[in-house]
Amino acid sequence: MSEQNQNGRRVGEVILDLQNISLRFGGVKALTDISFNVKEHEIRAIIGPNGAGKSSMLNVINGVYHPQEGRIVFHGEERKKMEPHMAATQGIARTFQNIALFKGMSVLDNIMTGRITKMKCGFLEQALYLGRAQKEELAHREKVEEVIDFLEIQHIRKTPVGRLPYGLQKRVELGRALAAEPSLLLLDEPMAGMNVEEKQDMCRFILDVNDQFGTTIVLIEHDMGVVMDISDRVVVLDYGKKIGDGTPDDVRNNQEVISAYLGVAH
Amino acid sequence: MLYREAGQFKTSYAADQQIFPIRQDRIAIGLILVVAALVVPMVASEYWIKAILIPFLIFSLAALGLNILTGYAGQLSLGSAAFMAVGAFAAYNFMGRIEGMPVLLAFVGGGLSAAAVGILFGLPSLRIKGFYLAVATLAAQFFIVWALTKFGWFSMDSSSGVITAQEIQILGYRFDTPISLYLLVLTIVAVMALAAKNMVRSSVGRAWMAVRDMDVAAEVIGIRIMHTKLLAFAISSFYCGVAGALYAYAYLGTVEPEGFNLDLSFKILFMIIIGGVGSIMGSFLGAAFIVLLPIFLDVLIQDFLTGLLPPSISSNLQLMVFGGLIIFFLIVEPHGLARLWQIGKEKLRLWPFPH
Ligand SMILES: Nc1ncnc2c1ncn2[C@@H]1O[C@H](COP(=O)(O)OP(=O)(O)OP(=O)(O)O)[C@@H](O)[C@H]1O
Ligand SMILES: [Mg+2]
Repeated sequence: MSEQNQNGRRVGEVILDLQNISLRFGGVKALTDISFNVKEHEIRAIIGPNGAGKSSMLNVINGVYHPQEGRIVFHGEERKKMEPHMAATQGIARTFQNIALFKGMSVLDNIMTGRITKMKCGFLEQALYLGRAQKEELAHREKVEEVIDFLEIQHIRKTPVGRLPYGLQKRVELGRALAAEPSLLLLDEPMAGMNVEEKQDMCRFILDVNDQFGTTIVLIEHDMGVVMDISDRVVVLDYGKKIGDGTPDDVRNNQEVISAYLGVAH
Repeated sequence: MLYREAGQFKTSYAADQQIFPIRQDRIAIGLILVVAALVVPMVASEYWIKAILIPFLIFSLAALGLNILTGYAGQLSLGSAAFMAVGAFAAYNFMGRIEGMPVLLAFVGGGLSAAAVGILFGLPSLRIKGFYLAVATLAAQFFIVWALTKFGWFSMDSSSGVITAQEIQILGYRFDTPISLYLLVLTIVAVMALAAKNMVRSSVGRAWMAVRDMDVAAEVIGIRIMHTKLLAFAISSFYCGVAGALYAYAYLGTVEPEGFNLDLSFKILFMIIIGGVGSIMGSFLGAAFIVLLPIFLDVLIQDFLTGLLPPSISSNLQLMVFGGLIIFFLIVEPHGLARLWQIGKEKLRLWPFPH
């Protein structure tokens, strides 16, 4: 049932449906009555000015925040109260706006950690490191090496992440998310603070992930050029409300969006 | 032979995932074990074995336990000595109350009892962190020592909680000489250190470090925080518990709850600070340092500084040096001796062309 969209991507059924989501922190309304959906294989962007509620939206999707109102349907099932680690086992991975790597660990270990939900051996087996535990560790190491090759970071595998420059840290964080082989990947400003070259690399990786692994991607980004280039559909938030939703062209021409966001330099 | 990776190309991930990927490290560990097991018993005096090597190994094990919790999982604890006490008293009860209890099983029982108590006192870690958690473990420290002193049941009604370890027999062999005790302790500590090394390089260890470094991200990746923290408390306390049992059975012979007081907890904490937080080897280095330092200072004072220092200073020299070193390591090298060693090795790996 997949159709080709204007970017030549095979976009499938709706896999994530958010209905009337409202989220408050005490008196602060972070999100008010927001509905939108995400279709399989698409790249869905969320844009909006600072404080619009974009990161909160991602946090709702992967169970870090629990909205007071609204329904979330993922893969056809309505979600009950869910903790982040359950979202992870359901195939949702993400990166953070402020890099959230494990500072004391090497690149390799950070990315290995991304596969934790897939590792089944108990601590006793691991303490003995015989048979199954060893096999498991090696099998996952191979998967992780694929991710490392894909992101072209072979040369820094053993480096503690704290010593890496910002751009590479962002890439390692993407690697950690990819290692989980997610069906839905949430990226919170993956290109923020990067130079042009690093941004191009990151764009390429995102498109390749989408293309080669068929991963559905929800992406927050401030760089309008990037958003218009790579996304299939865009949601626009402002002060916690949805003010636009559609293809990049629709959004670009939406008067409310122009006045709230595109027209305002920041 | 130079300390070098050159020429050791790893052709498989299996080779790269070995416990000690660099050949020289494997050889060094092997050598240390051989020397410890074969040479030391032949050359070391009884005093060295009884008063230095055995306590060194036991403290290493306790420091290893604390390092799992604090260094790897990032949960600060001031209750290590109390968990040792639980291990010692539980082992004593298993031995005393169950006819024909094998002593190794009693040690395991001591460790498991400590693990259970560790989980209980680890529960606050699900809510609080850092300083406040340290205070909660401090409560554990005081409560456990108090309970062991107060309730005669724990010491099988011996006076004021003093317990005297039963003799150790394994398969009919009596461990009553210092050398036999030393070898027993060495075996237990080596096996448990190896197990710890395996854990910290597997997914359990990565989960601990992930929780330590960034708990929100850890949870988003799929790590169950509660499970991970409590497992760290359990395993850490297990190690401390076994160390406590050995402390009673292989080192002191007779102990009272007060022997496991806050001072001892701090001593173990200092070991990991000086040795290296988050390092298996650091636990051993730190223990060696803290066991040897007082002896070294005593010799120094007696042989070289007699009369030079007023007694008020020489009797407190140990504390002053300790304090100074702790401050030095906290400020200058928070990863301790193990990190200094690592830096040395890295330099050596590249020597003589540092660039
Ligand atoms: N944990 C929290 N506790 C209290 N308020 C919060 C919390 N998280 C977000 N908020 C509030 O919710 C609103 C939306 O924040 P959010 O981080 O989602 O915005 P954003 O669109 O990601 O902004 P930016 O572009 O700056 O990243 C803000 O007013 C913020 O202060
Ligand atoms: Mg944000």
